Amino acid sequence: MEVLNMLYTLLCYNDETMTSAWSEAEDAAVMERLDVVHRKWADNMKPVVRLMPTSAATTYRKVEKLITDGPYAETKEQLLGFYVVDVQTLEQAHDIVRDLAEANPGGAYEVRPVMIYIPDGSGPKDG
Amino acid sequence: MDETLPPDWMELRLIAARPRVVAALLRYFRNLDLAEEAYQEASLRALRTWPVNGPPRDAEGWLIMVGRNAALDHLRKQARMQELPSEERISDLDDREADLVERLDAADYRDDILRLLFICCHPDLPATQQVALALRIVCGVSVRDIARAFLVNERAMEQRITRAKARVAAAAVEFETPGPVERAERFAIVAAMVYLVFNEGYTDADTNSERARLCTEGIRLARLMLGLFPAEPEMMGLLALMLLQHARRHARIGPDGTPVRLEDQDRTLWDRKAIAEALVMLDKAMRHRRPGPYQIQAAIAALHARAGAADATDWAEINQLYIALERHAPSPVVTLNRSVALARVEGAAAALALIEPLADALDGYFYFHGVRGHFLEELGQPQGARDAYGRAIALASTAAEAIHIRAQLDRLAGSAQAATPANEFGG
Repeated sequence: MEVLNMLYTLLCYNDETMTSAWSEAEDAAVMERLDVVHRKWADNMKPVVRLMPTSAATTYRKVEKLITDGPYAETKEQLLGFYVVDVQTLEQAHDIVRDLAEANPGGAYEVRPVMIYIPDGSGPKDG
Repeated sequence: MDETLPPDWMELRLIAARPRVVAALLRYFRNLDLAEEAYQEASLRALRTWPVNGPPRDAEGWLIMVGRNAALDHLRKQARMQELPSEERISDLDDREADLVERLDAADYRDDILRLLFICCHPDLPATQQVALALRIVCGVSVRDIARAFLVNERAMEQRITRAKARVAAAAVEFETPGPVERAERFAIVAAMVYLVFNEGYTDADTNSERARLCTEGIRLARLMLGLFPAEPEMMGLLALMLLQHARRHARIGPDGTPVRLEDQDRTLWDRKAIAEALVMLDKAMRHRRPGPYQIQAAIAALHARAGAADATDWAEINQLYIALERHAPSPVVTLNRSVALARVEGAAAALALIEPLADALDGYFYFHGVRGHFLEELGQPQGARDAYGRAIALASTAAEAIHIRAQLDRLAGSAQAATPANEFGG
């Protein structure tokens, strides 16, 4: 029986004032702990993206037709990176998130299903 | 709540919250000592209660509220209080949190933090005290660590900070919200202080020392400012500049502890991640079309960073940027730096002609004589070069500087023996 997989994004949020207070060594330690999780779930992981700080962001606001400095939303926690994972169930996505959260101090993960994966249409559509 | 926090999480949370919390408490009490003590009291309570009750959703709000109440208690006990806020305003912490968060989200805290930073770089304070105060009050670096960074003992640093606080308290400190013009002025002063913090760290050869940590504190302060004022091109330029300089930290000191010249550095040791972020920041800054000294210096550093090898450096563009820098922030040192680029574009004779008028202004400056000696050497004037290097060595302030110049002199001596034209070694 063929089992269709689903694509989920795991969006990593954390308070940037805090993550930017990490020393180089602390940052390296977090990445090392995360790498253990990455290897564990390597078969399920599609693109994994770590974003530059929001200070590097610019935002195009359609209404004002204007590019402004800074991130889209002023929130307590900022989007710092995301994973695209290929899993069979939401539960499995949550398993990955629990592992990631264990390795990563503080913050939150938003799990969002992906509808379209590859822009040229060759990739899987929503599961 | 059974979820346990990683052991270092709370400490990081408290350090990260510090600027905003101290700044808000300072606005409330208008007293730096009281604000700092209140923050410390609130931190102690956090360390006691967060592991039990779980961390609050808004840590800053919690700390401000608890710190404020603790300080009010303290003042009440001292019985020299003005009118107290009503009981209901300072009780019922949990219920008030949401309301507080809303008020904090207003633009207030931006000016609070700007004010706090501005107080730290009060013009009555000498630069070293400005840096010490900012590190202590804004970054929360311990007095012991600051003392180590400045190579003085802890007691002396404690006194220095106490004196700085007293001076700031004695000066009439402006607590009103600054207007746009004043804010721009403050911004420039704060940016200069941030760069001072960074430079204190940059002068240390040991990239793991307490002093070198000041580089990351400077970068952190710039990020803090940009988080609050995301559209300030000079702050973007400053962050880019610091990131580019910091990116070379593993390459700019040789294994023997002596500085490695930019062109001799192993570029594979440069931190590509920091460089990438810096280039993005600089691009962002340029969009504003309001160039300033930090942006121009960052653009110069970026041209070096973009060159895959030293001989791929765009010296003509760097020369142009230095001309722009001379216009925005004229100084003999900027012209001296330009001469190095000009030498690559038009040759040593043009470069020498550019710096000769600086001889009086820079006579006591180590690099002036080093650079001049180099140009003379290139022009085949070994005697002049020897004299210049001799002058440089007399002015060297570190062993590494002296060793570097000694190497030039040795090479000159060697080339004289071998009767090799000096200019063969140029470039």
